[in-house]
Amino acid sequence: MTGMSTPLAGYLLVAALLFAIGLGGALVRRNAILVLIGIELMLNAANLNLIAFWRYGPHPEALTGMMFAIFSIAVAAAEAAVGLGLVIAIYRHTNTAELDKIDRMKG
Amino acid sequence: MSPIFYLLAALTLAGGLAAVLLKHLVHSALAVTVAFAGLALLFLQLDAQFAGFAQILVYIGAVAILIVFAILLTHGSELPKGGVFSHTWFLGLVIAAGVFAVLGWAVLASVSAVPQSNIVPSVTVHDIGIALVGRYVLPLEIVALLLTAATIGAVIVAMHEKERAR
Repeated sequence: MTGMSTPLAGYLLVAALLFAIGLGGALVRRNAILVLIGIELMLNAANLNLIAFWRYGPHPEALTGMMFAIFSIAVAAAEAAVGLGLVIAIYRHTNTAELDKIDRMKG
Repeated sequence: MSPIFYLLAALTLAGGLAAVLLKHLVHSALAVTVAFAGLALLFLQLDAQFAGFAQILVYIGAVAILIVFAILLTHGSELPKGGVFSHTWFLGLVIAAGVFAVLGWAVLASVSAVPQSNIVPSVTVHDIGIALVGRYVLPLEIVALLLTAATIGAVIVAMHEKERAR
């Protein structure tokens, strides 16, 4: 495969595949927690892209890509805490975490 | 490409795939932990030691535990009657495959344009600390505020109307 000859392309392909797996998981599963796991996988795939571009870019000493990834990890942690808190709150109200049963706003 | 890269990539992707496909949510949480660990090792492979250890601390140490707690609090360990996949699963699969096709095509079509400089960066934690309190001090403060607000908000949302719950 020609794309795998450069290391960066290999990392980008792995990140793309991981992003697709996360997106698929968020779209096909019924449980809200699994959707959040899918979103975490997508965020992680983006972080892998940032780190890979930082490593093989022309100026790794500028630290830009790695800083972006570190801040992205912190924001993802905040997102996970709020998201899982919301899932627990919804479960308290509706007694289910299955997303297709939470259809109160359906006209 | 080193064989270690292929090994770590296979571990990460297998973990992610298992997390999405396994029926029991607890198994999914364990599988996604494997994926997080594989990603941390990939970060170490990319000479980003600080990001790799931050990944281990934040994801394996905190997010995985949070997910397990949420599964137990929502009785997610019981299998639902209507199956674990939504009835629109085929559409979701098509969308995910389409996104991967576009991303993969974009990567493979621009192989000649991607940077390939192989300077091994020698970044110490000291450099990262100096950068964090120097050039990146404003983002650092904003992230600190965001984390505080998110922690308080998550607690308030999860505790909401406890006495009125039926």
